[in-house]
Amino acid sequence: MPGFTDIINAIVLLLNFVFMPALSYGSQLALGALAVTLVYAVLKFANFAQGDTMAFSTVITILITWLLQKSGITLGFMPTALLALPFAIIACIIYVLLTDKFIYQYYRKQNSKPITIVMASVGVMFVTGGLVRFILGPTHHIFADGARFIITAREFKAMTGLAEGLAIKTSQFLTITIAILLVGFVFYFLQKTKTGKAMRAYADNKDLALLSGIDPDKVVRVTWMLVAVLTSIAGVLYGLDKGFMATSYNQLLLPMFAAVIVGGIGSPIGAIVGGFVISFSEAILTYAYKKFLIYLLPAVLQPDSLVQFLGTEYKFAISFVILVIVLLLRPTGIFKGKVI
Amino acid sequence: MTYLSGKNMVAAYDYNVPILNNCSIEAEKGELAVIVGPNGAGKSTAMKALLGMLEISSGSVTLAGKDISRLSVQKRISLGLAFVPQTDNVFPTMTVQENLEMGAFLRTDDISQTMAEVYDLFPILHDRRNQLVGQLSGGQRQQAAFGRAMMTQPTILLLDEPTAGVAPKVMDEIFGNILNLKNSGRAVLMVEQNARQALEIADKGFVLVSGRNEHTGTGKELLANPVVRRSFLGG
Repeated sequence: MPGFTDIINAIVLLLNFVFMPALSYGSQLALGALAVTLVYAVLKFANFAQGDTMAFSTVITILITWLLQKSGITLGFMPTALLALPFAIIACIIYVLLTDKFIYQYYRKQNSKPITIVMASVGVMFVTGGLVRFILGPTHHIFADGARFIITAREFKAMTGLAEGLAIKTSQFLTITIAILLVGFVFYFLQKTKTGKAMRAYADNKDLALLSGIDPDKVVRVTWMLVAVLTSIAGVLYGLDKGFMATSYNQLLLPMFAAVIVGGIGSPIGAIVGGFVISFSEAILTYAYKKFLIYLLPAVLQPDSLVQFLGTEYKFAISFVILVIVLLLRPTGIFKGKVI
Repeated sequence: MTYLSGKNMVAAYDYNVPILNNCSIEAEKGELAVIVGPNGAGKSTAMKALLGMLEISSGSVTLAGKDISRLSVQKRISLGLAFVPQTDNVFPTMTVQENLEMGAFLRTDDISQTMAEVYDLFPILHDRRNQLVGQLSGGQRQQAAFGRAMMTQPTILLLDEPTAGVAPKVMDEIFGNILNLKNSGRAVLMVEQNARQALEIADKGFVLVSGRNEHTGTGKELLANPVVRRSFLGG
């Protein structure tokens, strides 16, 4: 039988290597997925440019962060990128409004089929991705400065006397706090403000919204602005956590789309739940449980192998498999969204 | 002088195929006017022309003597017209109360009074005010649609086939609601498939055929007219 401290150690081990990473990665996915679902609900198309727009915002943040660092402005133990973020949000708002004006608006006025607009967004994805690589290249950039940890594993061990440490990275702490605040704001906005309700009305029944005097151009504009805020923050938080690389942002598209579909397409709460379903599935299935089991099992049963269900290189397969399972068993998703 | 009047309206979706040929429709305050006629007669089109959703190439639309033929839909709505479409006339994933708020979207004054009036007229909506409209029954949903349209404090309501696809019992309920709307001093104009029931409660009836007025008269006159009975009411 494992002793009490063994059990606690095993739990702390999981919290440190599965729960915390999944919680922060899930928050980042959730914010991105929320942006995808808002575009889908109001503008009626799946925005393939989401991942690369996140990269675009992050690039702007990185450039401004460098500029600030050069001028000797930092944010102490917090990353300087937080100071750069508001500028990146403004740049992103301008960018998405311009893509809307020069690309999506045309198809909207034509009443084009959703698939046509989706293809246009694929074009925007390629152009944005190209722009991002043109500015920062395809390499990996780490732009998080300040203190790396709020609590390090060693501090935790010293405090508790356990063999295992629970480290809390600054980026994880920031991600979770900001995600909670932002999601709270988005829901308040959609449920309580007149503009938010007009957005929902427009998403629900466009013709009746027009008959009620709701200005469609304003709804579209506000939606893009909200999407730009979510996109920028999701992108920068992901970058602070994992570093910036153009391709990894592009690859976020699959888990974000999976999150949206798992949660229910067009459902904001679904996007958030979906984000965590994907991130926790990835973390749980790709973690090597060897050390965890050593704590819990008697010596004779202790494994020699890693006890890892899937290698981390297969984590995208997990999103894909979840996507397929949901589409087969419950195409409307958890929160009864639209079926494409 | 009639309150809302469309005179000799000519309109077409496609320039070569006019749907309305010299069609005239009138509605008076405190009265119920009904447009009936066979499929493709231009009933809904006549209503769209009055609303400004379709431009008329000749003729005129006047509201209280003022020519509104060239005004946009939004402008006409702000002048007192309200429209309840045949289908998709509510916001299904929003609550009853939110639907009413959206109806009053353009108003900047206090809407609580109007909302109270709507709840007075349709008490069931008050009971269900925090429920999603998509979860209501057909008749209740239609009441929510009427309520939404009334939030602009319209002087005239245009209803496009309010009883389409509902059970006979619900139909009676809806007609009852329409009479209440009329008795509250508003003008009501509706397009209706159920010609006999509609003419029974109508103050004025317009029988359209191929986009022109075939018969016009009070509901009773039209019901008594043997030609109308034979052609449109099945004997």
